[in-house]
Amino acid sequence: MSRRRTWRSLPVVHQLRQSVGLQRGMLVTGLVLTGILVLTAVLAPLLAPYGYGQLRDADGAFGAQQPPSGDHLLGTTVGGYDVLSRVIYGSRTAVFVIVVAIVLSIVAGVLLGLVSGYLGGWLDRVLVVVADAVYAFPSLLLAIVAAIVISGGQSSLVGGVLAAAISITVVFIPQYFRVVRAETVRIKSEAFVESARVVGTGTWRIMTRHVLRNATRSLPLIVTLNASEAILTLAGLGFLGFGIQPTAAAEWGFDLNRSISDVTSGIWWTSIFPGAAIVLTVLGLTLVGESLNDLADPRLRSRRRAADVPPPADVAVTPGGGLAAGTEGGTP
Amino acid sequence: MNEPVVDIRDLRVTFATDGGDVAAVKGVSLQLHPGEVLAIVGESGSGKTVTARTVLGLLPETALTRGAVVLRSKDGGTTADVVTLHGGDLRSVRGRDAAMVFQEPGSVLNPVYPVGWQIAEGLRAHGDVSKKEAREVAVDVLRRVGIPDPEERVDHYPHQFSGGQKQRIVIAQALALNAGVIIADEPTTALDVTVQAEILDLLRRCRDEFGASIVLITHNMGVVADLADRVAVMYQGELVETADVATLFADPQQEYTRTLLGSVPKLGQGAARARDRAARRPGGWADQPPVVVARDLRIVYPGRFRKPDFTAVDGVDFTIAPGEVLGLVGESGSGKSTIGRAIAGLTPVSGGSLSVLGTEVAGIKEKAFRPVRRRIGFVFQDPATSFNPLLTIADAVAEPLVVHGRAGDTDDARGRVDELLEAVQLPRAFGDRFPHELSGGQRQRASLARALALQPELLIADEPTSALDVSVQARVLDLFDELQREFGFAALFISHDLAVVDLLADRIGVLHHGRLVEEGTGEQVLGNPQDPYTQRLLASLPVPDPVEQAQRRARWAALR
Repeated sequence: MSRRRTWRSLPVVHQLRQSVGLQRGMLVTGLVLTGILVLTAVLAPLLAPYGYGQLRDADGAFGAQQPPSGDHLLGTTVGGYDVLSRVIYGSRTAVFVIVVAIVLSIVAGVLLGLVSGYLGGWLDRVLVVVADAVYAFPSLLLAIVAAIVISGGQSSLVGGVLAAAISITVVFIPQYFRVVRAETVRIKSEAFVESARVVGTGTWRIMTRHVLRNATRSLPLIVTLNASEAILTLAGLGFLGFGIQPTAAAEWGFDLNRSISDVTSGIWWTSIFPGAAIVLTVLGLTLVGESLNDLADPRLRSRRRAADVPPPADVAVTPGGGLAAGTEGGTP
Repeated sequence: MNEPVVDIRDLRVTFATDGGDVAAVKGVSLQLHPGEVLAIVGESGSGKTVTARTVLGLLPETALTRGAVVLRSKDGGTTADVVTLHGGDLRSVRGRDAAMVFQEPGSVLNPVYPVGWQIAEGLRAHGDVSKKEAREVAVDVLRRVGIPDPEERVDHYPHQFSGGQKQRIVIAQALALNAGVIIADEPTTALDVTVQAEILDLLRRCRDEFGASIVLITHNMGVVADLADRVAVMYQGELVETADVATLFADPQQEYTRTLLGSVPKLGQGAARARDRAARRPGGWADQPPVVVARDLRIVYPGRFRKPDFTAVDGVDFTIAPGEVLGLVGESGSGKSTIGRAIAGLTPVSGGSLSVLGTEVAGIKEKAFRPVRRRIGFVFQDPATSFNPLLTIADAVAEPLVVHGRAGDTDDARGRVDELLEAVQLPRAFGDRFPHELSGGQRQRASLARALALQPELLIADEPTSALDVSVQARVLDLFDELQREFGFAALFISHDLAVVDLLADRIGVLHHGRLVEEGTGEQVLGNPQDPYTQRLLASLPVPDPVEQAQRRARWAALR
């Protein structure tokens, strides 16, 4: 009964152990898809037959718009790149952008939300208005503006990825800000915070030791949902031409943009594969996020039926009732 | 006519939870006879609520019910086994044959509909009633439960009624359909003592005038003594003992029942303790400067959006001498907690003067007050929320020591933490546990350990036992008394329960609407109350003895 901080109580692992039935299926599907994405990103140089910016090999140029063949399993693009290699390397860009965007927005959003919620006053009001104003903009438009401001048209790998990540960050900060602020306001009035105040604990110590860790419970959930949104925003930016040049990195949205003209001329392989990669990535991350959401709520979480020893002939599972018999597991 | 209206046979209920299956009810058989009040008593987790809820089929989907609950309609014509009913059949039984009165009347009524509409809703669900008829029934039933001007008030919304009136309306909902069985789940727990007496009186009339049989679920033995005809004692999902009320209180058969009855604090027990404490005080004790002095203390919560300000504390004078325990009693909204919070610097003082340990608190800055804080301990009402769920008990108890620089971190303070845990009779190993791994009583002990970590001169205990079961409460109160004797701190003990305050306090102050209406020793206040409010409060308090309670009830009726 002492400290049980084993791997079993880690955020996602804990929920996986807790889930049953359809919810488990959704979570497992999501985790598998996400796992494939991450593995592909890590092992991209081993998996991809060619480089993302490679136009020729020892036998000469690949040629443009070649249909799938033994040399090019998924064909080549209008620019003469190997589709399979670009799809595989695209996962790298995607993961990179997700990680940078989420880390940046979490750090900034959580910090602002905590300060704003705990201290309140005029600072809180100003920050809330700013967050609302950011919400009011169409997120893609805002990302485009941010991309232009940050990269100024340049698009090296690091520059392009950072530009995409930061422009996504701008859109996401208000989400983390709001969630953490709302939690902070709630926790601020909890008895354990008051008890810390009675003891004479300083403001900063209360914020970091008592409020922060209790306010971050729902973050894993927003992270997964935001990750899928980040992919879409990145693809949208690429599709609109604010992405990364093909020689700097592979990017699914950019490839889709280049394949528009192919679609009408019956060249399907240049658009289907990057498109499918986007869909599966978003699907995987969304499934993880949605099932975590359901599992976090005792009212939405389905449970294994209670074991019954005799045959279930005279068993009545009565509907209704507000007895939420659920105990939140201790996920730190 | 002696057929039981509710016949529970070998009821077993199992819940599927994250931690595996939990058997909440393990083979309970009970009968409720017509015109009878059956009280089911037990501590939290004893399965009393689950048992009663099965009568209405009101269990969540995670529950698995076995056994039989046979419900007979009021005229005795039809019987139905609720456990096997589904959908429409179950709905037709609910309300018509059995109705429910919940604990929290404020959250049972829908705030966006008039109360008359909500009473009529039940009528519409069970038959074709015209609007006019439904309204007439609603007005009639409201009048009979004692709502004044029912013709007008039938169109009022729930927020326009007081807590006690809302509970009357919930009971009226049950009576409108003329239900044969009323399940009352802690119907008075959320209400003040004086209102509780009125609701109990109304429930008694439900039986006498409406012929309803009542299942009363409660943990308050005073309420049982006041209302019940027969008592079923439950413990951990099993029926311990069933007896009629006089027999149970006079001659309990089971050990558990005896313990339960013995833990209930009774008025008048505290006088001996108070005398004992007074005798042990050294000479010149009364001449020491007091720990807390309040003079014409006023605390006002500013109104929002043009609403008038709310005066929570209105010109209160009191002092607490070193080593003295002052008990503050009052109903909800009387300002008793506000005074405690003001002393701890959690609520600003609006007027008058409040001096804590020689420091004037009115208008003080947080920074200037911080040195005083280390000399004050605070025990909160709800032990479940007063601990940071992510810190171990040792972390929480060490926190005051770390904050005030007595220790570098938790490990550094561990020796002192272990001492404190031992002082509150918790094993040292509990320091490594998280708050949710402790029971309510254990958490409240840990809370005491935390409050005492800096050896405060003043301890404020804000309803420290009201969230605890009665047997646990008894142990925590004993512990409090022991610690007070050992450490010699002065204390402000806040409670709504006169008997609890009487047990611990040297002096008792009675608050009513922000004013201190009476103050004196326990013997003075409880033995010979001068203020009419104190008299009413005392008369409303049900005592856990059916014979004495019947006499008190008569006196209460006279005072009304």
